[in-house]
Amino acid sequence: MPTLDHYLVLSAVLFAIGTAGVFLRRNLITILLSIEIMLNAVNLSFVAFGRVLGSADGQIIVFFVMTVAAAEAAVGLGIVIALFRHRQSLNPDMFRLLKW
Amino acid sequence: MILFYLFAAVAVLASLLVIVQRNPIYSVLFLIASFGALSGLYVLLEAPFVAMIQIIVYAGAIMVLFLFVVMLLNAPHEDTEEDLERGVPPPSSGRVKVFGALLAIVLVVELIGVVVASRRAPIAFAAPAVSSVAAIGRSLFTDYAFPFEVTSVLILVALVGAIVLARRESGEGI
Repeated sequence: MPTLDHYLVLSAVLFAIGTAGVFLRRNLITILLSIEIMLNAVNLSFVAFGRVLGSADGQIIVFFVMTVAAAEAAVGLGIVIALFRHRQSLNPDMFRLLKW
Repeated sequence: MILFYLFAAVAVLASLLVIVQRNPIYSVLFLIASFGALSGLYVLLEAPFVAMIQIIVYAGAIMVLFLFVVMLLNAPHEDTEEDLERGVPPPSSGRVKVFGALLAIVLVVELIGVVVASRRAPIAFAAPAVSSVAAIGRSLFTDYAFPFEVTSVLILVALVGAIVLARRESGEGI
């Protein structure tokens, strides 16, 4: 049977893949997708810990994380659409008005 | 055990493919595959409620929203000549990419190191699982009633924010 450690290691690997995506990709949509990967990696740890402790709290926190992820996706994609309308590009290097 | 490794392999492979694809549509589709595998892992963890909302809400709603935006914008792939013509700064130099990859590798080594360094016997899932939707719902409306209500406000704010951000500025109606 898989133990808690199996799930924690899998969660760590997924989280690292998500961070790598945020750092390596130059496309706003792919960056948002990488953030979703990271959120899901954390969800997996929550459910695994909740299972070990025999409580429902882990699953409830996952419920809240999913709500926040939905809100984040809606607002983030709204920003992406607005940016694309102005610059015709999704490359984050294009948006440097606030950069000095 | 076989199922765990199967789902884990699918999740990791699909996630890797998400970040190496150049076309965002393929990225979104691979992410849906990854979420399906994660949903299988939740079933193995005896959390059927989370497994179902992972499929229905995450793969069904949030990812379709992403897919809508990708197809709506019909955006060029990144690092194309078109971008370079328009005076986009050249794609981040190799040094930045190496730095990002190194950071990710260090992160995964650290996180696994923490698991290994705790030096204890592997914890098996001994406690009986709380998996009934009734138990989760009761807890949600008693212990977690306040966070639950705050969540509804959060969703309202996100709804209004998304409409304000994405509508046209000319202002004839919404």
